[in-house]
Amino acid sequence: MGMTVVEKILARASGRASVKAGDVLEPAVDLVMSHENAALVINQFLEIFQGTGQDAKIWDPSKVAIIFDHRVPAESPKTATNQKKVREFVGKHGIAKFHDIRGDLGGICHQILPENGYVRPGAVVVGTDSHTTSHGALGAFAFGIGATEMASVWSLGVALNVEVPATIKVVVKGTLPAMVGPKDIILHLVGLLTAEGANFRVLEFHGDTVRTMSTSGRLVLCNMSVEAGATSGIVPADDETLRYLREEAGVTDALTPVQPDADATYERVIEIDAAKQEPQIACPHTVDNVKPIGAVVGTKVHQIVIGSCTNGRLDDLEVAARILKGKKVAKDVRMLVFPASGRIYAQALLKGYVGDFMQAGAVVMNPGCGPCLGVHEGALGDGETALSTTNRNFKGRMGNPSSEVYLCSPAVAAASALTGTITDPRTVVGGAR
Amino acid sequence: MSAVVLTLGDDVSTDVIYPGRHMATVLPTETPQFAFADITDFNAKLKARQVPAGSVVAAGKNFGCGSSREQAVSTLKGHELVIVARSFARIFTQNSVNLGLKLVEAPDLEAKDGDELEVGAAEVVNATTGKRFRVVPLPPARQALIDAGGLIAYTRRRLMEKAKG
Repeated sequence: MGMTVVEKILARASGRASVKAGDVLEPAVDLVMSHENAALVINQFLEIFQGTGQDAKIWDPSKVAIIFDHRVPAESPKTATNQKKVREFVGKHGIAKFHDIRGDLGGICHQILPENGYVRPGAVVVGTDSHTTSHGALGAFAFGIGATEMASVWSLGVALNVEVPATIKVVVKGTLPAMVGPKDIILHLVGLLTAEGANFRVLEFHGDTVRTMSTSGRLVLCNMSVEAGATSGIVPADDETLRYLREEAGVTDALTPVQPDADATYERVIEIDAAKQEPQIACPHTVDNVKPIGAVVGTKVHQIVIGSCTNGRLDDLEVAARILKGKKVAKDVRMLVFPASGRIYAQALLKGYVGDFMQAGAVVMNPGCGPCLGVHEGALGDGETALSTTNRNFKGRMGNPSSEVYLCSPAVAAASALTGTITDPRTVVGGAR
Repeated sequence: MSAVVLTLGDDVSTDVIYPGRHMATVLPTETPQFAFADITDFNAKLKARQVPAGSVVAAGKNFGCGSSREQAVSTLKGHELVIVARSFARIFTQNSVNLGLKLVEAPDLEAKDGDELEVGAAEVVNATTGKRFRVVPLPPARQALIDAGGLIAYTRRRLMEKAKG
């Protein structure tokens, strides 16, 4: 019987000829990632070794990546002290894939892993962050786990009791209209599936729209797969994956893309006609509360955010800069821009986007998670509304339970910054491609 | 018999269970103070130790959706709450198994604050309304982890076995 991409990856990682949905495995792990919550992983890791008579030792430090992004630079002495402890641990255990708070090497974990070539097609990747699903964009099986589970992986090098998830095949066909992009497709899909529609399942993306999409766009699809509850999203690796890894991530060693079998078993197949898509908005307070933009055009917003692991890459900034160049952010709205990494920030500087944003009145912040999860900066006032290219709009997500968050694409965010209300980018000059 | 002390709807996210602004607090000994921090009256009762161990939080579908933050589990475990919901999100489920927080999945659950529930392995009986609700058992792989005393104990045992060869 044929296998899906994830089944093939798990079979390889578990030393089996074949696996099927529902099998319970202990796959070897190729890459593990943590951010500031490494502080908790370390605590649990040391506890595991207590009473064993063994020295606490990571199974393979070369496979461990730690990236500070959630609260950078530290917003409090508590965070700074956690970061200090992690830094000391990193030094002691020889963890080379460590990205501290730096303008050159720093950034959001889900951008740092791809752009440094850490994620390879066919790999098993786990991270202590739910958006670890992002890395399926490179043809890896990548999923989020908790800190204690990560401590277990650090100790043993395998993920325990992994149940092979069933797979939903998502086929996206056709040409995307102007000002409609990957974010609109994934918001549409999350709305279709609902917030738990893909719980314990994999979303495997196919179709010519995905084949012709850049890795940056594929990262958006896989990143937000978790918002439908998916264990992972995955785009089977192809020429674009290899191009990205060779040309942008500087990978020189052998790569082995994994394809699904033609007779693989899918639980369900969903087809999406890209040509019929419109800009989509996820309305408060759940990500599956998705509406076409027409339903909410004119809604007053107080803060616009462009950035995050979902939409803080160069092509996102380019779309927004093109709309904002030479214009002004409306007087009664704050606009915050967070490039996803130092590398992207530098590229945006060279391309002139940073200047375009600043002259328009936006504030360009340092790379990091920024206001997305309400722990650091860009908090909302009581009764205020944000329009954001981030990935979650749960009650209190941006730090204030009496505020509201709408989610959208970078094009919608930029167009709306000009008016201070939710605005269809197809109606704004510069919005036409 | 356990009383329902908090009733919630569908899609309760980890941001509601343990708001992001408290994420710098990580240790299981320190996280319980921030359980449902933005549901201020319930949080106050928890902190005043007015909620007995074994009390039930009743919820709808997809409880624990969102972030992988393990604090959302350790904060509830710290008060020995039992979560009975129509369904649970994946990472939250796994974190609960790993840390020993009791989750009970009852897809047709109907309960409100103050109801007395009898939570069994096969069914939940709402003694206040007389209604009975079937329980979806945990998959054997997850039950095995719970039986081993949680993931830390299980991993420790595996390490010892490995050392012995």
